[in-house]
Amino acid sequence: MEFFLVTLLNSLSYGLLLFMLSSGLTLIFSMMGVLNFAHASFYMLGAYLAYQTGAYIGFWPALFIAPILVGMLGAITERYGLRTVHKFGHVAELLFTFGLAYVIEEVVHLIWGRAPVDYRVPEALDFTLFTLFTTQYPAYRAFMMLISVGMLISLFLLLTRTRVGMVVQASLTHPDMVESLGHNVPRVFMMVFAGGCALAGLAGVLGGNMFITEPGMAFAVGSIVFVVVVFGGMGSLAGAFVASLIIGSLQTFSVALDFSMLSLLGAVGVSVSEESNWYGLWSITLSQTAPVLPYLLMVLMLIIRPRGLMGTRES
Amino acid sequence: MKPVFHKSRLIFWGAVAIVFLLLPYGFSGGFALSMASQMGIAIIFALSYNMLLGQTGLLSFGHAVYFGLGAFMTAHAINWVGDGRIWWPITFMPLVGGLTGMLFGLVLGFVTTRRAGTPFAMISLGIAEMVAASALMFTTFFGGEGGIATDRTFGGELFGISYGPQIEVFYLIAGWCLVGMIGMFAITQTPLGRMANAVRDNPERAKFVGYNPTRVRWLMMTLAGFFAGMAGSLATINYEIVTAETLGLVASGNVVLMAFIGGIGHFWGPIVGAVFVTYLQSALSTYTQAWLLYFGLLFLIIILFSPGGMANLVTLHKPALRAHLMKRLLPSYALAAATGALMLTGFVALIELLYSHGGGDLVSLFGLEVDTSSTLTWIVPVALFVVGIALFRWALKFVRRAWDEITPQLQASGVV
Repeated sequence: MEFFLVTLLNSLSYGLLLFMLSSGLTLIFSMMGVLNFAHASFYMLGAYLAYQTGAYIGFWPALFIAPILVGMLGAITERYGLRTVHKFGHVAELLFTFGLAYVIEEVVHLIWGRAPVDYRVPEALDFTLFTLFTTQYPAYRAFMMLISVGMLISLFLLLTRTRVGMVVQASLTHPDMVESLGHNVPRVFMMVFAGGCALAGLAGVLGGNMFITEPGMAFAVGSIVFVVVVFGGMGSLAGAFVASLIIGSLQTFSVALDFSMLSLLGAVGVSVSEESNWYGLWSITLSQTAPVLPYLLMVLMLIIRPRGLMGTRES
Repeated sequence: MKPVFHKSRLIFWGAVAIVFLLLPYGFSGGFALSMASQMGIAIIFALSYNMLLGQTGLLSFGHAVYFGLGAFMTAHAINWVGDGRIWWPITFMPLVGGLTGMLFGLVLGFVTTRRAGTPFAMISLGIAEMVAASALMFTTFFGGEGGIATDRTFGGELFGISYGPQIEVFYLIAGWCLVGMIGMFAITQTPLGRMANAVRDNPERAKFVGYNPTRVRWLMMTLAGFFAGMAGSLATINYEIVTAETLGLVASGNVVLMAFIGGIGHFWGPIVGAVFVTYLQSALSTYTQAWLLYFGLLFLIIILFSPGGMANLVTLHKPALRAHLMKRLLPSYALAAATGALMLTGFVALIELLYSHGGGDLVSLFGLEVDTSSTLTWIVPVALFVVGIALFRWALKFVRRAWDEITPQLQASGVV
């Protein structure tokens, strides 16, 4: 019970973090049809910038400044990069963001080195919030969830209740009409791209010190975010939300479980000798398969329901 | 109708074969030979990738999976030959790798090719991640962190060829490279190759004509898997070790870069890209730590300014060359090259300084000893870079003007 509750809380906070990343990716994708390969790189930049600015002005101002800086970088990327390659088609746009991911990783190497940096949880939040049975639950995780949920609610309200949100939503489906009503659609695109990147940056600020801030973090989380977006259905925010929570808990639970087929067979009274050819296969534990599970789930989803959980269109 | 291999093409491929044959005599030293072997492998791999990206419009981020699986299977097959469990000459090992790649292309392609465009790109990435993660899980087949080692001389001598010396391996690679190039070129000329182009350009119309786009993509994927596996097989024979990195995402990304830098719009583009990138990787990585950065920037610049890659630059100048107007362009190009070199020198010096910063005050830059603690050391590269940018932009004006001048003449002479 204790294990279950704690892991559930952990997967919830991880899932929310994933959603912060995948929501930006989904918004950008459904608006511009561009899959931003460098999205996770902006997540990484968020963590590094928070570490760097935090070293001078402390964590709290950095929590606001780092995402804004990342958002500005996103705006520059859209204005001077993506808009230039747009005329060459989607493949060129995709490859542009792919190349950008390379360059960002190398720039991070250049500035901060190859080793992880010492980006820590702020002291004000470095305490135990409550003790669940025997497990101490860190306050920072709760803080992470609080910020994520707050962010999501404000994003939802922004998109559905304000004039800006209306323009954004209308530009998603009817860009020509919105343009002829006098709105600057390219600028809306730029703002959405910047906003998505800022969300990724915020996720980086929160996730960087919870997990680890190193040059490999972008590649590690990037492909999981893609899985989330494909699983949830391309272009569906609600789908991305559900998928984030599912993939988040799948990863968290499977890492923590130490079952193998061997123990399952043992439970029903079958024993496999160590000399057997298949012993190696049976003895693989669930935690060993953890890195593969999300991808396996994605492949299954694609076979059963190619449009994803809540996707509305085939491609 | 002309046959696929008409006279001029036969002469062309014959010339390529002779070049391959004479290549080891053109240069000396083991380094050049091993690089030429690497290039041969890269050429097959990049061409097989372009069967997907260039010809079928499938942007795959997981092509190294087929390369790697072919490589692993070959390593096991060679070891089995060594154990005496099976008999199969090393010369035909690439068929083992090729069939492995083909099989996985068939199986994985069934899942991936159901979608095209952006979803395909993401799914191929997911599949690649899955295979890469499984590689560390199933240690019996993939050998875990250490990989699978083998020995290409296990096959023993056949017709006096033992594959001990590198030169024999080079000729093996060159031979299969030629077979691969001709085979993949031939595929572009078949109805399947043509339908692949149609599916790339307009899947709906292809469907209307009566072809199933998914089926065409799947077939192309399977064939591309064959050639990728063949390249992987040659890599095993060349290096005598396969690690899980061979099928990882970095390797997959690398082939995207090769094909795109060379140019995906022409059959020979990826060949140029493979040769160029392989050379750059081994040449640059011995000189600088920052080679990946330069590499990424080169890639971005090509996407931004010449999305057809290097091949496109050549075709762009063909009409001018034919109309004998290159002499009007060359002066402006020389100016742009000179100012561009200035800009590049400043930029590279700055990056190198940043990289070596922290490793002591005195560092060597372009063979010069410089002191990183003095301000001058930093000002000079920055100044070079900034002035270089300004001059380069100024030089580009002349290039544009030269083009504007010759375009009407080109149009008048009817070569455009």
